Amino acid sequence: MTITRRGLITGSLGTLAVGALSACGGVGDSGNDASKGGAGKGDTGALSTQGFGKPDDVGQARIDAFKSAYPNVQVNLNEGDFDPQQFLSAVASGNPPDLVYLDRGLVGSYASRGAIQPLDDLLGGAGIKTGDYREAAIKEVTLDGKVYGVPEFYNTRNILVNGKAIEEAGLTLADVSTTDWNRLHTVTRQLYRAAGGRTTRIGFDPKLPEFLPLWAKANGADLVNPDGSPNLEDPKIIEALTYALSLIDEQGGWSKFKAFRDTWDLFGAGNQFVKNQAAAFPWEGWYVNVLVQSSPKIDLRSTPFTDRQGKPITFQNGSAWCLPKDAKNPAAAVNWMKVMTSTDTWLKAGAARQATVEQNKSIFTGLWTANTAADEQVKAKYVKPGPTGFDKAVENYYAASDYAFGVNASKAGSEIKVAWQEAVNRALSGQQKPDAALRQAQSEASKAFSAAK
Amino acid sequence: MSTTSAPVRRATPGRSRRNWRETRAAYAFIGLWIVGSLVFTLGPMIASLVLSFTDYDAIAEPRNVGFDNYREMIADPKVAKALGNTLVYAVLYVPTAMVVALALALLLNRLGRGSGFFRTVFYLPVMTPTVAVGALFLLLLNGNQGLLNRTLGLVGITGPNWTTDTDWVKPGLAVTMLWGVGGMVVIYLAALRQVPKDLYEAADLDGAGAWTKFRRVTIPMISGSLFFTLIVQTIAALQMFDQAYTMFFGAQENSTYSNEAALFYVIYLFQQAFQFLHMGYASALAWLLFLIIIVITAVQVRVSRRFVYYEGERG
Repeated sequence: MTITRRGLITGSLGTLAVGALSACGGVGDSGNDASKGGAGKGDTGALSTQGFGKPDDVGQARIDAFKSAYPNVQVNLNEGDFDPQQFLSAVASGNPPDLVYLDRGLVGSYASRGAIQPLDDLLGGAGIKTGDYREAAIKEVTLDGKVYGVPEFYNTRNILVNGKAIEEAGLTLADVSTTDWNRLHTVTRQLYRAAGGRTTRIGFDPKLPEFLPLWAKANGADLVNPDGSPNLEDPKIIEALTYALSLIDEQGGWSKFKAFRDTWDLFGAGNQFVKNQAAAFPWEGWYVNVLVQSSPKIDLRSTPFTDRQGKPITFQNGSAWCLPKDAKNPAAAVNWMKVMTSTDTWLKAGAARQATVEQNKSIFTGLWTANTAADEQVKAKYVKPGPTGFDKAVENYYAASDYAFGVNASKAGSEIKVAWQEAVNRALSGQQKPDAALRQAQSEASKAFSAAK
Repeated sequence: MSTTSAPVRRATPGRSRRNWRETRAAYAFIGLWIVGSLVFTLGPMIASLVLSFTDYDAIAEPRNVGFDNYREMIADPKVAKALGNTLVYAVLYVPTAMVVALALALLLNRLGRGSGFFRTVFYLPVMTPTVAVGALFLLLLNGNQGLLNRTLGLVGITGPNWTTDTDWVKPGLAVTMLWGVGGMVVIYLAALRQVPKDLYEAADLDGAGAWTKFRRVTIPMISGSLFFTLIVQTIAALQMFDQAYTMFFGAQENSTYSNEAALFYVIYLFQQAFQFLHMGYASALAWLLFLIIIVITAVQVRVSRRFVYYEGERG
């Protein structure tokens, strides 16, 4: 039996926060279904977005490229990060944006609920070829064989190393390796510093909970199976989490470790490299651009994250442009997706970034896009090989793009992600052992996966 | 001793018309509030109650599932965890806040000319956005370099890791929330100013000391205000969200570290609604909280009958 939403009174109960959304009336049965075609040329009308934060030089150059290509489309950017409450309220009230920009890890969950539409027919019509995008990114936005988003950025991870710290400890860059886990323990101990019962330098930060997929892969397992079901109690994942936690225990335990890490001035001139507060940690490629601007004189070194056989691995993530249910101008939306992620546009964005780089007398650290050809051409045109640690880091991140993997898409992607993250958090805070935490996570994620439509 | 009697007012046609005009004006003034209350509170409450018996994800049509959501709540360990966290926090925060606010109000009450200035100063933090307060206290409570632990260090105390140690998360949040105690200070100060001076004079004549006067005169005379803040603060504590969410859960997609010690009931409700799109289940959670608040408030009202003194009440 179903209840007609239109029969429900609209509004919200102040204390009962959920009422705000649940009572917002219904989604119309009619509306534009992009997959049915008939959307027109998309060169006129209004185009609204949600989730696309305030654009920087790279974003603005691409917006300008769209406006130049489609001068009769009125673009209304909602310059805030993706807000599920805002998005769902808009969709549920039948007034969705024409485009939504969200983390690719969320695409499966929203697709399975019908909040976003499959794009396959529209992509073909607009001349967008999924083969132009990196496979790992396309896999993340593909559910049950249908493509639900056009991937944009492509963030990969490598290990960034503080040259000063490793030299102080009498080590070399080669010593900072994730291949030999016993050796990494020793190196972490050598790099860690504490004084008066307080941590003063983290030796090696395994970056939990967010980098668990990387540690799991290094030990030969994936958190999500290819069919989208959770695989969180795999013994290899339990072993990987146990090991990564032991690195933290080696450095005073989570409570002290986290409290100290929270004091880092990540984006400032007094960051953890400048203050010698961190020796080594895996991090996304965009952070090199932050460091080159905030502290260009640091002794930055980098090395790939490797699995236990010594093979470089990394996982990637990023956002995608998706078409909400009942979007009113789907043709223009798909034109936007095409322009924003095309090779020509990325080259214009590269030129804009190069202008910024020249103005700041800095170096070009890459754009990291999911468009394979664009990435290669931007690199060829703007990235200059050089002798500094920053240059080497940029080179390493470009190499990582070629072997990065993505977490498999799932109709319960959001729930699975929360389940494993909370499991790691429980293990970090000592509330549960890693095996118990991951078993609970598997139970929660399996339930969500079974319940997902 | 002379006595005066108030003149007895008699209804006249003119007075009756005036009364009717005043009544109409009164209805006009409260009419908007009544409409707003019906549309924005009662309506959504009913909608939420209906949705609590459905499986609803905000996209597809709601599907009736009877009492399944309520049954699921009983079996959901996180409901118990979140409820436990919330109740512990309420027990920690509410009495502490009342004591601190009363102490500050007593100090202000002793001030002469400067009390207006300090009253404003104490109230100003209430105006600070709660998200900003959460972010600010993450820095102040940092176990490694936070101002609170540095201050404790000056007197030889090694402070705990307020924001990362599971045992200290809730006490840390209670400390954070004391930031907004200014509203209670203003209420208590107003109540203290209403205590008749002759009661203190009589107590002085009986040889009562400061503590006795405080216990036997001040507390009973401001018990109405104390009871009011107890109710309001308990409800607010049971609905704890903003600061805890900012400090320990952050923006959903940008923050990965969370601490289950800070998983308060409304945060769990919010996660179910907007992270997992379980609107029906979240509605059921909301109604459970509503019932819990009603029960706790009813108990407080019942107990208060023995302790609260209302001046205008018939004995």
